[in-house]
Amino acid sequence: MASPATTSISVLEQLQQRFGADAMIAQPSIDRIPTAWVGRDKLIEVMRYLKGEIDRPYRMLYDITAIDERVRTYREGQPPSDFTVVYFLFSFDRNEYLRVKVPLAEDHASVETLCRLWPNANWYEREIWDLFGIRFENHPFLERLIMPRSWKGHPLRKDHPARATEMGPFQLPEEKTEEEEERLRFRPEEWGLKRASDDSDFIFLNIGPQHPGTHGVLRVVLQLDGEVILDAIPEIGYHHRGAEKMGERQSWHTYIPYTDRIDYLAGVQNNLAYLTGVETLAGITVPPRGQVIRVMMSELFRIASHLVWYGTFAQDVGQMSPVFYMFNDRERAFGMVQAITGARMHPSWFRIGGTAHDLPKGWEKMFREFLDWMPERLREYDKIVMKNSIFKARTQGVGVLTTEQAIDWGATGPMLRATGLEWDFRKKQPYSGYENFEFDIPTATHGDCYDRAVVHVEEMRQSLRIIEQCVKNMPEGPYKSDHPLALPPIKDHTMHDIETLINHFLGVSWGPVIPAGEALGAIEAPKGNNGYYLVSDGSTVSYRTRIRTPSFAHMQILPEMTRGLMVPDLLAILGSMDFVLADIDR
Amino acid sequence: MNPVLLKIIVLVGILLVVLGLASGLIWLERRLLALWQDRYGPNRVGPFGLLQVMADMIKIFFKEDWIPPFADKWVFVFAPSIVMITVLLTFAIIPFTSVIQITDMNVGILFFLGMSSLGVYSVVLGGWASNNKYSLLGGMRAASQMLSYEVFMGLSLMGTVMLAGSFSLRAIVEAQQHMWFVIPQFLGFVLFFIAGVAETRRLPFDLPEAESELVAGFHSEYSGMKFGMFFVGEYLGVILISALISVLFFGGWLGPVLPPVVWIILKTLFFICFFILLRAALPRPRFDQLMSWGWKWMLPLTLANLAVTGAVVVAMRR
Repeated sequence: MASPATTSISVLEQLQQRFGADAMIAQPSIDRIPTAWVGRDKLIEVMRYLKGEIDRPYRMLYDITAIDERVRTYREGQPPSDFTVVYFLFSFDRNEYLRVKVPLAEDHASVETLCRLWPNANWYEREIWDLFGIRFENHPFLERLIMPRSWKGHPLRKDHPARATEMGPFQLPEEKTEEEEERLRFRPEEWGLKRASDDSDFIFLNIGPQHPGTHGVLRVVLQLDGEVILDAIPEIGYHHRGAEKMGERQSWHTYIPYTDRIDYLAGVQNNLAYLTGVETLAGITVPPRGQVIRVMMSELFRIASHLVWYGTFAQDVGQMSPVFYMFNDRERAFGMVQAITGARMHPSWFRIGGTAHDLPKGWEKMFREFLDWMPERLREYDKIVMKNSIFKARTQGVGVLTTEQAIDWGATGPMLRATGLEWDFRKKQPYSGYENFEFDIPTATHGDCYDRAVVHVEEMRQSLRIIEQCVKNMPEGPYKSDHPLALPPIKDHTMHDIETLINHFLGVSWGPVIPAGEALGAIEAPKGNNGYYLVSDGSTVSYRTRIRTPSFAHMQILPEMTRGLMVPDLLAILGSMDFVLADIDR
Repeated sequence: MNPVLLKIIVLVGILLVVLGLASGLIWLERRLLALWQDRYGPNRVGPFGLLQVMADMIKIFFKEDWIPPFADKWVFVFAPSIVMITVLLTFAIIPFTSVIQITDMNVGILFFLGMSSLGVYSVVLGGWASNNKYSLLGGMRAASQMLSYEVFMGLSLMGTVMLAGSFSLRAIVEAQQHMWFVIPQFLGFVLFFIAGVAETRRLPFDLPEAESELVAGFHSEYSGMKFGMFFVGEYLGVILISALISVLFFGGWLGPVLPPVVWIILKTLFFICFFILLRAALPRPRFDQLMSWGWKWMLPLTLANLAVTGAVVVAMRR
């Protein structure tokens, strides 16, 4: 508790010393992430200082998002602002996030771009332009990223309707259809691509939105010279469902099922990220048994998610069989998930303050069988896939990412560890009691497709280790907190005193009222760092729900990794990246 | 019996058996793959799902025979038939037994090589005429793959030709009375097998199709029976290469106890199953890796095999 507080003072102090006391306003934060308000004219200077000049610098741009503050009630100690742009930085040396906020007035909603400092600012800023209508000056390509280009308005503004029924009937007359189709016509110049070089005409090839190699509705526009990729531009947004906007309508409790569908392969891991944020806001501590159950289920889902990645990766490089074996194993994992939660892919099983139920009788037997079964299977897959020489030839030296690049582009999870940096948020910033478990952080050295595979495969073994420790040391006691905001409240108490009965009634009918404040709940999800930045305005619904996903960050690196390679390499890289489209588009 | 009538019976018989086997292979491949991949495969239509082939054929015959408006119509229609014609013609020279053979050409092997070179036009023209970028890439890959693999395909067979002293397939089988050619020509066998897999465009040499990269490669735009011809053509190719391997390296119809025709069928089926196993097991190499492998390893090995065999044959004659 003490040490983060002292460092937090120090970075804000450092900023104050450097830029003067009036250039910066510090905001107290519940999640202990130092938060600084900076004027938009000072932003670039401050960011340059934080990235390069400060000791133990903040080298990674973790996330950029915005808040429409116009109807927010509780803003004590914060400067006036209609729209706030929120920058999240991360320092590996300090093991610390930093939140920098820039207040903007409605009629001057623009700020200088960060693209020249961090290349990954590009998509985040486009997304904010798209969803909030905040302009970024000197941005290289400020176009809509998520919504269709013909969309009117900026959906995450508070005055934009959230439901189709608020918007008047949808119509698609002939001329509008033609207009929309015309808009989809591909003109290379609009994407900043040349049609030909001095000695050859280029082929432009759409991989997707419907393509067997893209794992979903992703479009990659390729500029090809023969089969050599000159440029690859991913286009996203086809899978967008407005998950962040939905967060502003659903109660804190009823939003849980929506999180399951963000990274739809990782099930309860999404719940965990979201609830880590909510519980920080509410000040709830989950009892030990609840924590261990959460860890156990999360690691089971990590294995399930990695198995899908493993099989589909092998399939992407043309190997037909492994995916069937791995889906069979995943089926076993789902069998266990079903026995415990009643659902399979989307259990929505974690609750504010714990889990939905206690573990059923005989759960240990199921897990022990799984622990006996999996290691042998993983050894077999090593033989089939990892040691296969054609597989090696296809993946080694392909799609290389250095640690430097990975940090610059905001890569986390296996992507980052494959480059050689030993960084796992479960170890470095433990949540849900991960500090009590023994496990290693697998890393590799080259950062190519094969190394990403090495890391993924070893992570499954580590997850098995963690599950084994959970099975051996499952604590007794309650699985859910008795905090008044935990939901649903423990029923026994409601039968005895009126206070808890009222609480129960309000919680179940309206949903819990989470105290006003802001918190980031970030976890090490199977694909990388998944963070929920929640802003509460002291109500039964979230004021702003920002979902920072690893797949989004990773997809943005694709052009960097594919230039100069061939079409089959693109598919190998996509396969090795481990992304799902729902996680990119939200 | 009238020799002309006999020829006609043999011809029609071979045609029917080969076509029947090719469609049966669709079932066999799906069942075998399923077996190796811990699943069932088609098991609903008829006993063991055997009638699945019938159901598929009915479906494929009644599908709309669509020609994309942007395609080069005549070439588009003609392309799938090339593969059928060339492969079926090649069956004319296969000696299934000493009696069941349509014609015993004295340049049998050369005829086969010629026909297989023509066969690639099917894929290249199909990919070109579709006027689709994926198809085009598939067709281009097919062309360069064939170019590099046909060179050593022909050369890998020359060892057997030297040992038998003839291009006639029947003479080659008869020369294996005492010893199958796979023993002196083991390297030749391996090389021919690899070239044969490349020739039939099966995994790991299915780059022209490469479904995870090029959607369906050269036949992306094909549907109905025209697609069916590519499909059956591929299986015919598998049967052809398997039959040729049995004939050239494993003594064809020769074998104890069982009647000759049973032997050739058993041997051919064994290699067909091996083709399917390959597909279940291996990933797909990248296009340029395949090329460099062909030119840097396969071709020199073939030439070495040829030189050594030649030297040994000359030494033996002395």
